[in-house]
Amino acid sequence: METKLGLSEERIQKARELAARIVEPVMAFVAEHTSVTVERATLRLAGADGADADGVPVPNLVVDQCKGLLENGALIYYVNALVRTGETVQGLNRLIAGGLNVASLPLGDRAALEAKARTLVEAFAARVKANRGHRDAKLEAYKGRNHSPLLYVIVATGNIYEDRKQAVAAAEQGADVIAVIRTTAQSLLDYVPYGPTTEGFGGTYATQENFRIMREALDEVVDRQGRYILLTNYCSGLCMPEIAAMGALERLDMMLNDSMYGILFRDINMYRTFVDQKFSRMINAYAGIIINTGEDNYLTTSDAVEKAYTVLASQFLNERFAYAAGLPARLMGLGHAFEMDPTLKNGFLLELAQAQMAREIFPEAPLKYMPPTKFMTGDIFKGLAMNSMFNFVSKLTGQGIHLLGMLTEAIHTPFMMDRFLALDNAKHVMNTMEGLADEIEFKRDGVIATRARKVLEETVEFLESIDRIGLMPAIAQGHFADIKRPADLGKGLDGLQKKGPDYFNPFEAYLKNELNLAD
Amino acid sequence: MIIRPYGDTLDDGSVQLSFTLPVPDGPKGREAARQFTEKLGFSHVDIVHSTPLSDGFSMYVAYGKTATGIDYDTIHVEDATGEKVYTMEEADAAVREHFGRKLVVVGACTGFDAHTVGIDAIMNMKGYNHHFGLERYAGLETYNLGAQVPNDKLIDYALKVNADAILVSQIVTQKDVHIQNLTELIELLQARNLRERFVVCAGGTRIGNKLAVELGFDAGFGKGSYAEHVATFIIDKLIERKQTH
Repeated sequence: METKLGLSEERIQKARELAARIVEPVMAFVAEHTSVTVERATLRLAGADGADADGVPVPNLVVDQCKGLLENGALIYYVNALVRTGETVQGLNRLIAGGLNVASLPLGDRAALEAKARTLVEAFAARVKANRGHRDAKLEAYKGRNHSPLLYVIVATGNIYEDRKQAVAAAEQGADVIAVIRTTAQSLLDYVPYGPTTEGFGGTYATQENFRIMREALDEVVDRQGRYILLTNYCSGLCMPEIAAMGALERLDMMLNDSMYGILFRDINMYRTFVDQKFSRMINAYAGIIINTGEDNYLTTSDAVEKAYTVLASQFLNERFAYAAGLPARLMGLGHAFEMDPTLKNGFLLELAQAQMAREIFPEAPLKYMPPTKFMTGDIFKGLAMNSMFNFVSKLTGQGIHLLGMLTEAIHTPFMMDRFLALDNAKHVMNTMEGLADEIEFKRDGVIATRARKVLEETVEFLESIDRIGLMPAIAQGHFADIKRPADLGKGLDGLQKKGPDYFNPFEAYLKNELNLAD
Repeated sequence: MIIRPYGDTLDDGSVQLSFTLPVPDGPKGREAARQFTEKLGFSHVDIVHSTPLSDGFSMYVAYGKTATGIDYDTIHVEDATGEKVYTMEEADAAVREHFGRKLVVVGACTGFDAHTVGIDAIMNMKGYNHHFGLERYAGLETYNLGAQVPNDKLIDYALKVNADAILVSQIVTQKDVHIQNLTELIELLQARNLRERFVVCAGGTRIGNKLAVELGFDAGFGKGSYAEHVATFIIDKLIERKQTH
């Protein structure tokens, strides 16, 4: 890509080297551990599904039964139960929901269990490959029909059937990406609810059935409109890899999936998060799912001008964590946001510098650009103007995924017309300036290029300081987002498990092999 | 004095509206929008714009004139703070003068609400919109517990640090979840016989002083509130309590 900012290749390279060094010891820890949700995700990939009469999901029932045995992985007991009972996966799920304890059955011949597990891996691989094939075929058939950047909107009624109506309407109005935002409580649940849901606060539960319902509805629009509609959900919180598993099975196309977001903003234990994010990203990588990272969150707690370097630093770290989980750059929707104080003189130039800088440093990544939220007020007219400027920067700097700002951002979850006005605004701005980027160069010593160089330099300095301290101690000391998260605190630590010598997880092994990851 | 909306002439009563109807766009939809606006009490209704949102939904921009007026002289509002709002320096001086120690303030976003933007705007050092947050006040010792804090944990923490005031932010209001959550905090305080132990304030974009007081809080802070409003209320309330005890 042609550079307009004159950023130093050497400094960019330096930042990448630092990120690699910072991430490496974390990945060494990750390799030796699993967690309850990694095990449940593995079971889900094998076909474990359903829930008992109290609504406890089958994967949770199995992992709970394996208490004290989890160093071996939960899958071996599930597979053993399949062989012992001679049941199908669905049949076994019903038995477990009815009270069968798979951990109470004596383990059979290892070779037979491994052979049975192989058939489950093959079934999973066939299903996900078919999903990838379907997506690729539609994207090819309808090539050039999506907007650039992809226009991304959120639906959030709490009721999947109401969401479906709003999503279809938004897709018909031109949205390329539909995200079903989750109910506010879900990230802290250590299970994924089962079945379709109609109640939620500020969002809708992510369940496999809800994924299926929305996918089916959007697929109808895809063929009607001749445009592929990408479905997005939130692969974060205490069930990160399980959401990834469900998304892979039901052909979601994007997942919010940050390496550190849960630690900082949801107070989830850091060991647990690092273990969970790796497996979730491996699943996303194999399923061809674009991850969206959450750098925008740094700017909701810290100032977007002063702390711009934390965004770039996090992008480098997220990139490194993503590579370590087998994600190619084209699936890395690295995040950032248009969150500077609108009263700041020349603030627009600084926003432009940040967006152009991200574009040039991560040329292949479909960057995820988030709209103004922090300085949105009840003044919907000003809000619309701010969103227009955001749309302008996004188009000018060639962002990949553009989350549309809503003029009613600070007021309520969007009305149907709010979403329409946002789409209309984006299409208007982006169409009228389609070729502008090719016409524009920045002065080498102007405000924009100077600002980008400064942020890059501050990022290198920040990464150097993290490298000296170590990532986990740095998080504990509050170097990210001004939030302190000690290593031994936070939610979900009790769900962490060191792998034993007989740890069995052929899904993990298969994914590593497919993604060319070393053991 | 009777007042009406002002378009470009006094008492013209001009109002602009925009809304969506669950019907297709077209002459019938526009007529429905016109009649609907008339039924709201507007005359001279003009549907100046309509557009389809999808097959079965359409959006309208309407103008109308209203004869309805409001007697401005009878309007009464109850804000948590009166006319006098301390600057940060005045607040710190008042704390020094009346208490001779720092006042302790604990804040959180409670329940499942993950939106810290409100509590951060009031408490964080930097504050919001060029109004410094409570952390910066020399007279205050502040603890921002962040998001998704259970009500009982918030109370425990307030006891632990010997707080003078508790601040609760609620942004998510879907299905009135904030009402349940705020009510629960007051009930828990009452059950533990601690309601009078603290000055308790609620805040959020959809929370006004009136609502908060109805729910049993000492005050509520909605849109347009900054740290100095909250600080002023806490300080004055504590001075008042000191003087009556």
